[in-house]
Amino acid sequence: MKYLTEFRNSEIAQRMAREIAQIATRPWKIMEVCGGQTHSILKNGIDQMLPPGIEMIHGPGCPVCVTPLELIDKALAIAARPEVVFCSFGDMLRVPGTEGDLFQVKGRGGDVRVVYSPLDAVDLAAKTPGRQVVFFGVGFETTAPANAMSVHLAQRLGLRNFSLLVSHVLVPPAIEAIMQAPGNHVQAFLLAGHVCSVMGYWQYPPLAEKYRVPLVVTGFEPLDLLDGIRRAVVQLEAGRHEVENAYERVVNFDGNRAAQKLLAEVFEVTDRAWRGIGVISRSGWRLSAAYREFDAEERFDTGGIRARESPLCRSGDVLRGAIKPVECGAFGKQCTPRHPLGATMVSSEGACAAYYNYGRFLAAEEVASS
Amino acid sequence: MEAPKAAPDFAKWICPLPLADYPAIVMGHGGGGKLGSELVEHLFLPAFRNPALENLGDAAAIDLPAGRLALSTDSFVVQPLFFPGGSIGELAVNGTVNDLAVSGAVPKFLSASFILEEGFPLAQLAAIVEAMAKAAAVAGVQIVTGDTKVVERGHGDGCYINTAGVGVLRDNVAIGPHRAQPGDAVLISGTIGDHGMAIMSVREGMEFESPIRSDCAAMNGLISEVLDAAGTAVHVMRDPTRGGLGSTLNEIASASDAGIEIDETRLPVREEVQSACELLGLDPVYVANEGKVVFVVAPKAAERVLEVLRAHPLGCEAVRIGQVTAAHKRMLVARTAMGAQRVIPMQIGEQLPRIC
Repeated sequence: MKYLTEFRNSEIAQRMAREIAQIATRPWKIMEVCGGQTHSILKNGIDQMLPPGIEMIHGPGCPVCVTPLELIDKALAIAARPEVVFCSFGDMLRVPGTEGDLFQVKGRGGDVRVVYSPLDAVDLAAKTPGRQVVFFGVGFETTAPANAMSVHLAQRLGLRNFSLLVSHVLVPPAIEAIMQAPGNHVQAFLLAGHVCSVMGYWQYPPLAEKYRVPLVVTGFEPLDLLDGIRRAVVQLEAGRHEVENAYERVVNFDGNRAAQKLLAEVFEVTDRAWRGIGVISRSGWRLSAAYREFDAEERFDTGGIRARESPLCRSGDVLRGAIKPVECGAFGKQCTPRHPLGATMVSSEGACAAYYNYGRFLAAEEVASS
Repeated sequence: MEAPKAAPDFAKWICPLPLADYPAIVMGHGGGGKLGSELVEHLFLPAFRNPALENLGDAAAIDLPAGRLALSTDSFVVQPLFFPGGSIGELAVNGTVNDLAVSGAVPKFLSASFILEEGFPLAQLAAIVEAMAKAAAVAGVQIVTGDTKVVERGHGDGCYINTAGVGVLRDNVAIGPHRAQPGDAVLISGTIGDHGMAIMSVREGMEFESPIRSDCAAMNGLISEVLDAAGTAVHVMRDPTRGGLGSTLNEIASASDAGIEIDETRLPVREEVQSACELLGLDPVYVANEGKVVFVVAPKAAERVLEVLRAHPLGCEAVRIGQVTAAHKRMLVARTAMGAQRVIPMQIGEQLPRIC
């Protein structure tokens, strides 16, 4: 496959890993922001290729992980309504709310459907005027343009039966929250390549300057990740803190201006709760006044829904990189992928789920070698 | 295959007239009256024709050699009913044939039960029945008994099929999911993920330069040749259907209380299947197959089995993908292209496309 197999060449990867080992004279902690990057690192075993001192910390960039429990509960309540067709990306269906998940709502008769684009949900609304079609619009800046386009289109078509249950979160405020957290260990960031393909990276130089931290725009294939890590280590070793682009085939400085213009029209910045982390000021988007009528929370009056996280779950500390999943008391005991207490155990991109699977392997190896 | 849109070509059935009156299934077709018997007489019987079926009794009387029998059943609810490379008809026959064959049995006779939704086009039923008849002929089995029920519109999804099958267990085989032993070689008879992605590409309306075709096939011929050549050296055979290769190998590891290690770079995946998986955020290792077999064989027999597989049209892309280990018991571990290792866990439910 063009543009994929070239970036999975294992010989070059090994060479790059050796190069990183040669450059690094001290231990460094680098956070990959995006859940897609976490997934790729663990799937390909990039973390195992790095020299022992280079530690990857898995960031808060998994949309499934950071969507607040309260919003999941609102989704469950809306999806259970008889007049609603509730459309979502596939991996939100298994995220547990306070009582059950979307699969269970579907099992009880709710009309819950997996779609691949919010525009498919708009289509559905146009074709089924008697039903209220709701799209579960979560995610970072990456998924935002399509969600923005969906309400823009719904407004243009005059659809009264389409709405968006929306909770967008933004990368730059998350990076600030991590850098400001007491006991922060993160020394450099791999910026999320796909977020930057939309937003460019013009927002980041002030952050690099303010926190004196290297920020490297990074892709998702093994060679992309290794190149991002290598550039971060080179900067750290040299005491530099700049914004660099290691994903030039997709990302440029300005980003997608047309998308940014639409986003500015459809959304406005708001405070957002991040699951496990708490409220981060001005860290998300909600529908702007001109599009508020498409807000599912208002249309279905979900204001009374409040949720409380499990007191045992320390996913916030995990998402900030303050602890490793195994350091949480509930890990592997009360909390497993089958019965997750927090979202980091739910998503295959979540650090806890990844550690659960990999950790079982390590334990089995230890038993075998003893 | 394409879903037939025109009226069925009843000319090829023996007596076309009564069926031609009804272009679609009505409640009466399941009612045990004249409409139901016409369906049997003019559709099922001519298509499946064999001596045991022709008696049209409540049960088929069949002759089997002395020895141990294998019995298996499976229900088929696939949507869409027709897809590139096959239909629910082929699946219903081959699925049960393969379940018997991987158990070390020679499949002999099948039953076929249809649950049809009121309004289901007769043309489509005829096409499905014809596909079943052809698949049964290829697999060398006879469909000797059956049943039809009709449910009201909205209470079914067009057509559901259940098949049960009986086969005669071969001598000189010792196959079981628990028999994988450290050192055994793990082989796969060909590319993975073809069936699941063929279905998915139709459902999602994805088009590729070369369409993804289901691998749906009866594997009893190929399995028979492997067992002739390797006998008791074959320890485990499984067809990695739902849940794909990943789930099947996890089940084998658990049942055998052993570990399994595979080399990810050796997994045979068609380029179009890989592309479709990348697009949807799916891992081909969990995608369904309907014409593949996993063999766990004694190391000394591995080369011989591979030779036999590669000489067969359904096994020409067979490869050795890994081995059974004493380490990491009950776990499947893959060596990645990067030379690192990752665990391939059992999936909790169905694989879900990721957000990003």
